[in-house]
Amino acid sequence: MSVLAASTLAPADEAEAGEIVREARARGERLDIVGGGTRAGLGRPAQGTRRLSSSRLAGVVFHEPAEMTLRAKAGTPLSVVEAALAAHGQMLPFEPIDHRALYGAAGEPTVGGLVAANASGPRRISVGAARDSVIGLRLVNGRGEAIKSGGRVMKNVTGLDLVKLNCGAHGTLGLVTEATFKLLPKPQAQATIVLRRLDDEAGVAALTRALGSPYAVSGAAMIGPGMGREFSRTLLRLEGFSESVDYRVERLVALLADLGAEHALRGEDSQRLWRAVRDAEFLAEPRDKAIWRVSLAPSKGPQFVARLGALALSHFYDWGGGLVWLACEPSEAAAAAVRAALAPLGGHATLIRAPDDLRARVDVFEPLSPALARLTRGVKASFDPDGMFNFGRMVAAM
Amino acid sequence: MPQIAFPPVDPAILARRDAILAGLAAILPADGLIADVAGRRAFETDALTAYRRLPLAVALPRSSEEVARLMRFCRDSGVNVVARGAGTSLSGAAIPQEDAIVLGLSKMNRILEVNLADRYARVEAGVTNLAISEAVEPDGFFYAPDPSSQLACTIGGNIALNSGGAHCLKYGVTTNNILGVRLVTLEGEIVDVGGPELDAGGLDLLGLICGSEGQLGIVAEATVRLIRSAEGARPVLFGFDSAEDASQCVAAIIGAGIVPVAMEYMDRLAIEICENFAHAGYPLDVEAMLIVEVEGGEEEMAAELAKIAAIAKAHKVRTMRESMSAMESAQIWKGRKSAFGATGRVADYICMDGTVPTGRLPEALRRTGEICASYGLRVANVFHAGDGNMHPLILYDVNDPLQQQKAEDAGMDVLKLCVELGGCLTGEHGVGIEKRDLMRRQYSEADLAQQMRVRAAFDPQCRLNPAKVFPLDGRAA
Repeated sequence: MSVLAASTLAPADEAEAGEIVREARARGERLDIVGGGTRAGLGRPAQGTRRLSSSRLAGVVFHEPAEMTLRAKAGTPLSVVEAALAAHGQMLPFEPIDHRALYGAAGEPTVGGLVAANASGPRRISVGAARDSVIGLRLVNGRGEAIKSGGRVMKNVTGLDLVKLNCGAHGTLGLVTEATFKLLPKPQAQATIVLRRLDDEAGVAALTRALGSPYAVSGAAMIGPGMGREFSRTLLRLEGFSESVDYRVERLVALLADLGAEHALRGEDSQRLWRAVRDAEFLAEPRDKAIWRVSLAPSKGPQFVARLGALALSHFYDWGGGLVWLACEPSEAAAAAVRAALAPLGGHATLIRAPDDLRARVDVFEPLSPALARLTRGVKASFDPDGMFNFGRMVAAM
Repeated sequence: MPQIAFPPVDPAILARRDAILAGLAAILPADGLIADVAGRRAFETDALTAYRRLPLAVALPRSSEEVARLMRFCRDSGVNVVARGAGTSLSGAAIPQEDAIVLGLSKMNRILEVNLADRYARVEAGVTNLAISEAVEPDGFFYAPDPSSQLACTIGGNIALNSGGAHCLKYGVTTNNILGVRLVTLEGEIVDVGGPELDAGGLDLLGLICGSEGQLGIVAEATVRLIRSAEGARPVLFGFDSAEDASQCVAAIIGAGIVPVAMEYMDRLAIEICENFAHAGYPLDVEAMLIVEVEGGEEEMAAELAKIAAIAKAHKVRTMRESMSAMESAQIWKGRKSAFGATGRVADYICMDGTVPTGRLPEALRRTGEICASYGLRVANVFHAGDGNMHPLILYDVNDPLQQQKAEDAGMDVLKLCVELGGCLTGEHGVGIEKRDLMRRQYSEADLAQQMRVRAAFDPQCRLNPAKVFPLDGRAA
């Protein structure tokens, strides 16, 4: 019987994945890659004829606590990885966003999914995105070949870095089968300094002041009125050993005293707040609104929102102002307005949540310049000559 | 006889030399084109000085636009292009050939913009690594990756080789600290990838460009992350009676949830060489030494150092010395960062930079010693212990061709060992010409073919830095 007999194909190993891909290619089929399905709404709508699932490629391959590295197969639920790490007081450094709140999705986020989406969180400002912590991966390309890049060591410049290229490629280059991460110790303590009732400009200015201080801020967000309180809150997170966190809280409160910095949230109160920032929970409801994620120079965040005027129904800032999460009407006009407001400021906008038909009509990712589009097409073809994987997911007809 | 081969020179390019020079002269001002032999001689090698090839000409553009015109001309006239920053590559990444022009970035050395509020600087590619940090140091900021050659090496070269440094353990390597580049393609397009924002849109071409050794295009400008310096930093020296004790101490520090800003390892010979040069106060009666640096306010550093010292004591540390002043700290780092230069005063050497999983470090050190001894050569080890990035300096006499051959053979054996132990050929120096023919040790044919196809998406004719990275045979793949 053909391996292509089912509408969802779930290879048991890399070799079988290669076989499926070669056979699908011979038939001219298009495959949509699926992990836990929690980010299915991210990108332009799926157009494949069948689904290629990582569900049977599961399991932690190794965890070396003393080397601060972990390797897991793509279909491994993130919760399994996090449990293995927690047992040794370690964590994935980049605080991956869990998209379930925004999409109202069930299922379990997987290792492959967080690589594909380059899923990152508030700690992006201090330790980087997923792409900065993935040190190796394996994938099956559009020729059905198993390819590796990187490895299991912290520093590796041997050949082209195809690891980062695949982080955030949304499965358009191949089926990632396995990823290796570098880890960090889980901070012993965390505290969040809260500044109340600042307007956007003043809030982002406060974040800028804190990020320009030597106190190693690991989270810098600003949430508006109605997001848990009736007033805006500007949030600064400090993490590390208890004595170090205590010391830095004291110094940072002094630095921000003129803005009313007084106390700091600790423990679960602090953690809950940062989970909400990470997952953009504040914008999850109402569910019929479109959600945008906009990355730009931090000091320009408030300017961008101001340019949108009443079109911005709700918004908050992460990354010191450099990441704007935004709710708008799900319309082509609003989409055009977001792109127009951003154009003079630089940066890029992604339509994270919208109905399928809108995501099919407008650019979900920032449109590419002709030169970048040419290079992107060349890179895509070098992995996937027939455009088999996640066709049209990032760019229409690519 | 040196072993590393170069591809045959393209006689068709040599035959057109006069026309090519005329074409370059039409693009560049007189002082931007070097055609005479004496002038070109200065560009025939980099820090892999055992190999040298005279370029056809040297072009020194002053702007992205001039780079673009040069690239278009070279594509149209079928000339190979070897990009060059300061020529400090240890892997031969900047060594040209007779059928290539060197595109040197030394005249593009301006800092274009410093934005402390948004914590980035936009610079031309020929700016030195250290110049960026020096420009923002009065305001308390720095650019994090700090290769030992940072006084001379350029940001363009750092991007090409994805350079590291001693402080990467905490702050990451070049690719983690670059926000954007202005790339000039072989077609002569000027393409901005990324910018002041923390992540770039679309496929992560920025991540691909970092470490691509000048084979995807010319990086003419870069936007780099600036980081606010810690309040203070303090290195401590720990001496041990054995490599095993030192390695286990490193693992225990990390196991305790401590990530110091740097953890550097030196063996007895390296300590001796560096101490004689820098008078840093290194202990001379130990087999292994760690330089562990912590950062922060006084109280924070004291607390962290107390934790580290307790771990070191539990791992049979024999001597322990905390820096008591900024001058002392500078001396300690001067010793470490001059390891290559100081070794060069004692003997000729080649330096490998394979990386191994940190748990395999004691075995890697022992077997590196055995390999070198089997060739009758001495080896000094100095490396980044926190990330397993080794740097065996294999000593030899360059005037003895047999010894050079032995040193190169020993180096290759050490790299094979690194791969065998689960590591890689190069952690931060790049492949260049030096490790090109070992690539199959680490990658399958399919892996390499995939990389070469990606490269071809930028440069289908292999005009850019052609003799590097990929094995010379099997290029048709």
